[in-house]
Amino acid sequence: MQNYEIAITDEVLKEHNLKRDEYENILKILGRKPNLVELGIFSAMWSEHCSYKHSKPILKKFPTKGKYVLQGPGENAGIIDTGFDIGIAFKIESHNHPSAVEPFQGAATGVGGILRDIFTMGARPVAVLDSLRFGNLNSAKTQHLLQGVVSGIAFYGNCVGIPTVAGETVFEPCYDDNCLVNAMTVGVVDKKKIKKGIAKGVGNSIMYIGALTGRDGIHGASFASAELNEENQKRRSSVQVADPFMEKLLLEATLELIDKNLIIGIQDMGAAGLTSSSSEMAFRAGTGVEIYIDRVPKREQGMNAYEVMLSESQERMLLVCTKKNEKKVEKILKKWGLHAVKIGKVIKEQKFIVYEKGKKVADIPIRALTDSDYKYFPLKKQKGKKPTYLENSTIKISDIKEPENPEEVLKKLISSPNISCKSNIWRQYDHMVQTNTFTLPGSDSAVINIKDRDIMLAMATDGNGRYVYLDPFKGGMIAVAEAARNVSMSGAMPVAFTNCLNFGNPEDPEVFWQFEKAVEGMAYAAKILKTPVISGNVSFYNESVKEAIYPTPVVGMVGYIKGDKKNYAKQYFKSEGDIIVLLGITKEEIGASEYLKEIHGLVKGPVPDIDLKKEIGLQKTCIEGIRKGIIKSAHDISKGGFAIALTESCISARLFGAKPIGAYVELQSDIRLDALLFGETQSRAIVTVEKDKVMQLKKIAIKNKILATEIGKTGGNRLIINIDWASKKYSKKINLTLEELENLWLNGVNKYV
Amino acid sequence: MNKKIKFGVIVFPGSNCDADCLWAIKDVLHQDAEFIWHESKNIENYDVIVLPGGFSYGDYLRSGAIARFAKVMEKINDFVNKKNKFVIGICNGFQILLEAGILPGAMLHNKNLKFICEYVNLVVENNDTPFTNKCEKGQVLKIPIAHGEGNYYCDDKTLNKLIKNDEIAFRYSTLKGEITEEANVNGSVYNIAGILNRKKNVLGMMPHPERAMIEELGSTDGKYIWESLINFIKKS
Repeated sequence: MQNYEIAITDEVLKEHNLKRDEYENILKILGRKPNLVELGIFSAMWSEHCSYKHSKPILKKFPTKGKYVLQGPGENAGIIDTGFDIGIAFKIESHNHPSAVEPFQGAATGVGGILRDIFTMGARPVAVLDSLRFGNLNSAKTQHLLQGVVSGIAFYGNCVGIPTVAGETVFEPCYDDNCLVNAMTVGVVDKKKIKKGIAKGVGNSIMYIGALTGRDGIHGASFASAELNEENQKRRSSVQVADPFMEKLLLEATLELIDKNLIIGIQDMGAAGLTSSSSEMAFRAGTGVEIYIDRVPKREQGMNAYEVMLSESQERMLLVCTKKNEKKVEKILKKWGLHAVKIGKVIKEQKFIVYEKGKKVADIPIRALTDSDYKYFPLKKQKGKKPTYLENSTIKISDIKEPENPEEVLKKLISSPNISCKSNIWRQYDHMVQTNTFTLPGSDSAVINIKDRDIMLAMATDGNGRYVYLDPFKGGMIAVAEAARNVSMSGAMPVAFTNCLNFGNPEDPEVFWQFEKAVEGMAYAAKILKTPVISGNVSFYNESVKEAIYPTPVVGMVGYIKGDKKNYAKQYFKSEGDIIVLLGITKEEIGASEYLKEIHGLVKGPVPDIDLKKEIGLQKTCIEGIRKGIIKSAHDISKGGFAIALTESCISARLFGAKPIGAYVELQSDIRLDALLFGETQSRAIVTVEKDKVMQLKKIAIKNKILATEIGKTGGNRLIINIDWASKKYSKKINLTLEELENLWLNGVNKYV
Repeated sequence: MNKKIKFGVIVFPGSNCDADCLWAIKDVLHQDAEFIWHESKNIENYDVIVLPGGFSYGDYLRSGAIARFAKVMEKINDFVNKKNKFVIGICNGFQILLEAGILPGAMLHNKNLKFICEYVNLVVENNDTPFTNKCEKGQVLKIPIAHGEGNYYCDDKTLNKLIKNDEIAFRYSTLKGEITEEANVNGSVYNIAGILNRKKNVLGMMPHPERAMIEELGSTDGKYIWESLINFIKKS
């Protein structure tokens, strides 16, 4: 029998990522010294990753209710109502730290974890989205990480048979040491069969299903709750190993268990594994748990209670069922070639008790581990401070030289890392399995059909870290607005979102300020757009010795396309001779743009303004225009501005098996050429309609107080933009072949993947 | 003559295109179809057995290498030897047929060593088969692939036999039906995308016809293959 008595030194506390005052609280809670097992359990549960100790007070600012919300934050995933017999479960989660150290496994297990969060709710996953951030594309390290992450996602999602349908990939030097890997899963659940992570019913059995417990990932949660440095860069043992085949079996077995109504509650063993799943399930039910370590199926011999409780081995789940149903559960698991083992039971006393070889090795009040309202819970009352860099973070537009040759700018931007085509990334993902992907990757949002129901889902992820860095509140608003806009470009009404908040070290008041302001901006936009937050995840400590990342909240938005016609739109021009209409107005804004960064080498604001009422007007115009079959193609204007959006509308056709179609456009304006073509003014879109439908579109636009300007028509194999100034000597022209633009666009990022 | 044809879609642990095949056959083509669990030994009542795509047994060892030992596979040889019985193996199903020796050759990793999911063009090499009789010879079909190991390999002797006996069903081609190196997306010998057995009642193909069934998914060319089969069985 192992002796878990230890002397608590600063060294031991540091190893467990616990602060001295937190340790003092442990003494008060237990009324005695903790042993090593208990210390490990506190360390995991009080890690930022599990406790949200810095973020919780701020997260309360998010609106989380609404007429569509069936399940808000706090469960394995949130769920929204479709109005039919089904709900839509979704959530986004980060796997940043593991991916920075071991990109393939880190990304693969990230997908695995978020899939489990969805199917534990009883939902069958129908789509995966990935939001990725890497450092400078020219560095060998970035290329290594990029390839590793992409093949890891492909390895996992493809095997389980869930289509990876959308996402974004962004390159900025601030992510050199801390890449971001955020994975989102969307699932469909029968509303009558929604399951939650609860350990209800004293005396009920706690069953363990799935893969064996090994020594991998021990302390993963606390690893993810510290900055990456040379020392913990080596902590590859903190990264788990993925087995997607096991996941597929677990998925089918779990859905069968839920379908046959054999279980009371179920939860994934994610971060902090057995410890967090069992204590959180007990907390939600107001019960306690007893765990018998000796019964836990182990992969390695000689694993002790400490290791078993903290292992983050993948593809494991914990479920609670009545004694009566134990055998039935075992039978279904056996059918799928898996084991179900009873490893504990639900007890009345709200305690977390662990036995090893008949001896009690941990005895902790449940609330101390999970309840942020508990007296000794290490909730932080961090105060933010406006970062000093913001004092000198804006340009005066008159100081920026206007480009002589807009064609050169366009060519440079269309081949730049953040704008060029990413098809070699998603070509590695099976994005068609399940035969529901009506809009393949490469449009503003993916459209997933739901068979046998008059509804489809549009989904997108978005989050411009540079905007948030330069103006956290506005950047937060834009993240939500743009994700909603992306969904509306398919003709879908945005319904709700999940978010992954990637930030630096929250103990740094300046980082905390970024966090607080960004959340406030997102929350404000969420309220105005009526798209509540239903789930999410916070990832702090994305920081290396060199620097912190841009504050990067990623929004995963889901919208509905309803009606038996299921009308929807894609971004590319559908036919020759259609009228191109610009929706929205263009202001003289070049701050924070790709243009300013790529052409002038400046990462400076001001971030473009956003008027959420205008934003709603734009989205409503597109949604109604598409639903009524008036709008044939719709593409929002974002990175790279008008000229890039127009180019993409011409050349992205080939991604969907169609022929690229050129455009002839005339612009009349008195604002600067660069702002007109490449500025990132918000709430704009490029749509096409047939000639005789222009008036119908204008009527819809007027109703929504949106300016709709006929700017040209589709056709030919060139992109021609004539810019007409009152003074002719300033007039400029872009006249390029689609072939040249397409080649530049396809050979930017693609050649590195 | 309106008798529905009975399809059985085998479900191995790790199959993930099983539901798509069932949907294509039942909902789009309105035929009878049901799943067959990999431990079942009763397959003689079906007209057609479908070995669907996916990662049976996690593709451990080699794609299809473990699935060929599944109980249900013990009966496949008998099934194939009977009259008016047909087998179609798609993607992982094709790999299983190769591992089981029902079709000749083997699969290597794609030439770029990466998983590839995209629409490709296939030229119909032989339209005088139960699976292709609704196509023209030389017709180009647009059907997606999704695989990491679809680089078909066989030795010259086998290839010559395949050619001589008209056992090549589809080859990767350009949009116009030209056989080029560039169109050979995964590096297969002779641009081979699908082959038949000597008796022409077994088809193995890497592309997924069940994914090209309705316009919204990008193509309906997959229907040619299923409808050929239905046509053939109804006539016989």
